[in-house]
Amino acid sequence: MAHTAHTVKRYTGIMDWLTTVDHKKIGILYLLAGGLFFGIGGIEAILIRIQLIKPLNDLVSEQSFNELITMHGTTMIFLGVMPIIFALMNAIVPLQIGARDVAFPFLNSLGFWTFLFGGLLLNLSWIVGDVPDAGWTSYVPLANTEYSPHHGVDFYTIGLQISGLGTLLGGINFLVTIINMRAPGMTYMRMPMFTWASFITSALILFAFPAITVGLILLMFDRLFSGNFFNVALGGNPVLWQHIFWIFGHPEVYILILPAFGIISDVLSTFARKRLFGYSSMVFATILIGFLGFMVWAHHMFTVGLGPVANALFSIATMLIAVPTGIKIFNWIFTLWGGSIKFTAANLYAIGFIPTFVMGGVTGVMLASAPANFQFHDTYFVVAHFHYVIVGGLVLGLFSGLHFWWPKMFGRTLYEGLGKATFWMFFIGFQLTFFVQHFLGLIGMPRRVATYLPNQGFDTMNMISTVGAIMMGIGTLMFLWNIFITSRQPKNASADPWEDGRTLEWTIPSPPPEYNFKQTPLVRGYDAWWKEKMDGNKEMTPAEPLASIHMPSPTILPFFMSVGLFIAGFGFMYGRDPFDNAILGFLFNNYIVSIIGLGITFGCMFLRSVNDDPGYHIEVEELEDKGGRG
Amino acid sequence: MSAHGHHVEGEWPHQPENATLEGRNKVLGFWLFLGGEAVLFGTLFATFLALRDQVGDGPTAAELFKLPIVGAATLILLVSSLTSVFAVQALHQNKVKDLIKWLIVTVLLGFSFLGLEIYEFVEYIHHGHNFTTSAFSTAFYTLVGFHGAHVAFGVLWITLLIIQVKKKGLNLVTAPKVYVSAIYWHFIDVVWVFIFTVVYLMGRVV
Amino acid sequence: MMKRWQFSKRLLPLLAGLVLLLSACGREDLSTLNPQGSIAQSQFDLMKLSIGIMTGVVVIVFGLSLYVLVRYRRKPGDKSIPKQVEGSHKLEIIWTVIPIILLVILAVPTLKYVFAFAEDYSKDENAVKVKVTAHQYWWEFEYPEYKIRTAQDLVIPFGKKIAVELSTKDVLHSFWIPSLAGKMDTNRTDSLDKGNKNKMHFDAKEENVYRGKCAELCGPSHAYMDFKVKSVNQETFDAWVKEMQAPAKPFTGDAAVAEVFKQSCLSCHAVENEPKTAPNLKGIGSREAVAGILLNREKASESIDQAKIEDHLRKWIKETDDVKPGNKMGVIKLSDPELDQIVDYLANYKLDSLEKINSGIPNVGE
Repeated sequence: MAHTAHTVKRYTGIMDWLTTVDHKKIGILYLLAGGLFFGIGGIEAILIRIQLIKPLNDLVSEQSFNELITMHGTTMIFLGVMPIIFALMNAIVPLQIGARDVAFPFLNSLGFWTFLFGGLLLNLSWIVGDVPDAGWTSYVPLANTEYSPHHGVDFYTIGLQISGLGTLLGGINFLVTIINMRAPGMTYMRMPMFTWASFITSALILFAFPAITVGLILLMFDRLFSGNFFNVALGGNPVLWQHIFWIFGHPEVYILILPAFGIISDVLSTFARKRLFGYSSMVFATILIGFLGFMVWAHHMFTVGLGPVANALFSIATMLIAVPTGIKIFNWIFTLWGGSIKFTAANLYAIGFIPTFVMGGVTGVMLASAPANFQFHDTYFVVAHFHYVIVGGLVLGLFSGLHFWWPKMFGRTLYEGLGKATFWMFFIGFQLTFFVQHFLGLIGMPRRVATYLPNQGFDTMNMISTVGAIMMGIGTLMFLWNIFITSRQPKNASADPWEDGRTLEWTIPSPPPEYNFKQTPLVRGYDAWWKEKMDGNKEMTPAEPLASIHMPSPTILPFFMSVGLFIAGFGFMYGRDPFDNAILGFLFNNYIVSIIGLGITFGCMFLRSVNDDPGYHIEVEELEDKGGRG
Repeated sequence: MSAHGHHVEGEWPHQPENATLEGRNKVLGFWLFLGGEAVLFGTLFATFLALRDQVGDGPTAAELFKLPIVGAATLILLVSSLTSVFAVQALHQNKVKDLIKWLIVTVLLGFSFLGLEIYEFVEYIHHGHNFTTSAFSTAFYTLVGFHGAHVAFGVLWITLLIIQVKKKGLNLVTAPKVYVSAIYWHFIDVVWVFIFTVVYLMGRVV
Repeated sequence: MMKRWQFSKRLLPLLAGLVLLLSACGREDLSTLNPQGSIAQSQFDLMKLSIGIMTGVVVIVFGLSLYVLVRYRRKPGDKSIPKQVEGSHKLEIIWTVIPIILLVILAVPTLKYVFAFAEDYSKDENAVKVKVTAHQYWWEFEYPEYKIRTAQDLVIPFGKKIAVELSTKDVLHSFWIPSLAGKMDTNRTDSLDKGNKNKMHFDAKEENVYRGKCAELCGPSHAYMDFKVKSVNQETFDAWVKEMQAPAKPFTGDAAVAEVFKQSCLSCHAVENEPKTAPNLKGIGSREAVAGILLNREKASESIDQAKIEDHLRKWIKETDDVKPGNKMGVIKLSDPELDQIVDYLANYKLDSLEKINSGIPNVGE
């Protein structure tokens, strides 16, 4: 076929980043944006902790405190850790399955930009001054216009809808990528655990995110168009919101933690130089956790008054999740058993994950017991529990994964010594912050309180907790410093910089060329690369002859589609506000701004549909020039 | 555009939508997307079921709904599903003219459905059944309106595809697009069957 | 397996020590670890059981991890390749079955208490019925049997079942007395007062004052939505009911200020038992705190400080938005003499029946 007819613009500089559809670059964009929001959420966390350092502190007002806790939770979950998960999934999953790209490069880019503009919209609330203040759960009636009359919660509903759209697109993209784009021989039961975890997480995203989208739409309709879903006076039902929120919210927890399970599995087996113990039971446990994750949402609602039968059923269902999770924990320990364990920074985080996550797991089982939950619910015990799972589990997992795959993503290895010091700073800080919070809850401190009275036995433990939080902040800064000094080093990471790599990503240069694999590899077993190494091979057997590679064109359309949604969101939010300025009033009150925004989005969709992307080809000569294996 | 002229070079494949990796990705991705859409509508149905008796001072479902109009709308949408099946058959047999013909019929039926729905809504508003009347009315307009918006998007989308097929012909790039639009159309038809049952029939009877 | 048992046997004293440590934690009028009523006691028993099991799990996992990390660390320059083990069905069955057994041990009492706690005492003749209504940011307690209504201080007889019915007038709140019973949400009811009204029951075992809290984010003053439970003996309770049923104490100041009090305060508050939009003031001079959060004594063993009551009332009326931001009272414009007389009236509006408990309960919470 004659391909030379196409000459596609290949951008450089900022335009390259705005238009890229390369999953590796999109992964870096996710990392940057996720890191930015993680930083904002972290500053919010430290402000919360400083406010609580002593009783009756008045660093921030009660209203600001509620804004801080709301934005901390929302930002961390939706805009901090999820995008960093997507960063690793983008950077690594196609490499692990031997694919040249994801299934939908265009949607991949669109997913990133909608996430970013949704997140920016949400955080613009700080600049506008109307900040969401009803908690990340935004329970009604507190989140209704009657009790939260400013635009804060509107930023929440609209910002999360836009960014949630991006997440949903990402989920579909990875499902199709993993189902359709695996290299020859990469059967499902040969996929690395991180790929498996990403697969299940994507499936959970697909089935959980539409529920929260509907919830947010209902709340938005109530707030912006005087709907009655949650308006008790006209027959609405506030408990309905809680059901919808948690039908999404509980799977969300597993959406977050499963990728960390995958990272830990890959890191531990690499640095123990040992095959993952009980691989098939690990896969099975992951699927089971994902499935059960949809059956247990009401354990967040034991005190709502669903009745003893519902409480009993949801208690038992929740306890069941401990079984597959326990299988995973012991499989990890026995992966290390008999291994040759190297304590790299990545591995330290992975090892630190195990006991910390076990702590979060056992308190989870305690919470599952409904009668005892009546005491734990909405206290600092719960705060401790979910931070053990999300920070002690997921964030340690993410740090582990970032240290592990940093050379693959950027071609430079992070400083090991500084990395280990960072681990200890962050890990000790974490334990100080959250271990005492279990006891704060048990001795009677509710969560989400802006301050507390003296003489209740809360003072010392809150002080310890705040000191720990500051240590975690310092740890995060140390990690940033590590990135900074590493970026000044030459790009010299080899293809398999840890020398014990087991999976396909370690067979190609660091960072990989835009087409990933010069020739699609032939996979002959689980731990594909390790198997070849053990058989004495220096590289993978190619599954195809060297031929020109078709690549998708870069495009600016996803960026503008997201800008359109961003504008439309503002239009809807201010559609019924009085304006002093007649022109602004005309534009907003007639929803012209919204129409313009949606027009941009749909216009770009139209362009995308009518203009087929011919893509471009990388010819054999070019491949031979620069495609050498590391 | 030589890269996309595959079908000229060889036989028209039995399933043109699955003949390329891009096509297979598109079809699978779209099925998954519909899985998400099913959750979306499922949540809306659950919401409607939770609030359907909360009519407040507004009219009840039994007072409002007139089955002849809704029945006609149902019939129209079911027939349009059939015509979109014919369109996919034409697609598989590489009969461009038949394909376009059946797509046009589908779009026209879609427009008549929308016309009936708008007429129906206007009637209800005359009877004091507004979006803000009660929890029931809000849930009703949201569920049925979401479906209506999906139909509206569908007719615009298929119209756009008709133009594309006319201009670019039927090939391995346009075939998957037409195919997924047909799955989409069936999906919103199925959703309507549920709406007809849960909202209208149950509203009249239970 | 034998070894495992030996190992757990050595753990038992450790567990016992931990439980001891837990029971020593926190104020007895506030901590879930220091139960003072039968419900909190059952909950604490369940917590001890689950903490015991879970501590065992944690110790085993930590022990195994530590052993593995020390035993199998890589020596410098070690290039050997460990044996690549696929897994072990035997081990996998062990760590599937043992957790299931542990969960069954926890699930049985869980089910028992789920149904026990849900028992309905609202028709029980021996139970004291209380309708709790939450407001931003205060608690209303109505005793339908006695046709009385109070706020912030829930007075109960110890040793008796208290059957509570919960609802809210605005946003969701959650009713929690850590040392007596776990929490329940207060749900909204519709205009006909119909809706998901939660029921719960609890009791206290002795004379004391317990701290109650709102446990559901309800707005800026969520942290200040505290209340107290005054648990008294049956005679005191009966006397208190009588006093509450009696006509209100007349205003003690000038006639002019009495009019101001009526216009400015009684428009929202009540001194009789009728429902109003703001907290009932009957016997406010005998309460544990002003506005639920400005404490008139630190613990029940002390006596209530009259000077504090007056200070707190003054502060509350003058700086209401500082004490509880977002509350609905607003600034009441009063001249100094008016304020003095109103504070004087309220601070001295005492209930004789509570005098004894208010002068300090000996040997409690020491």
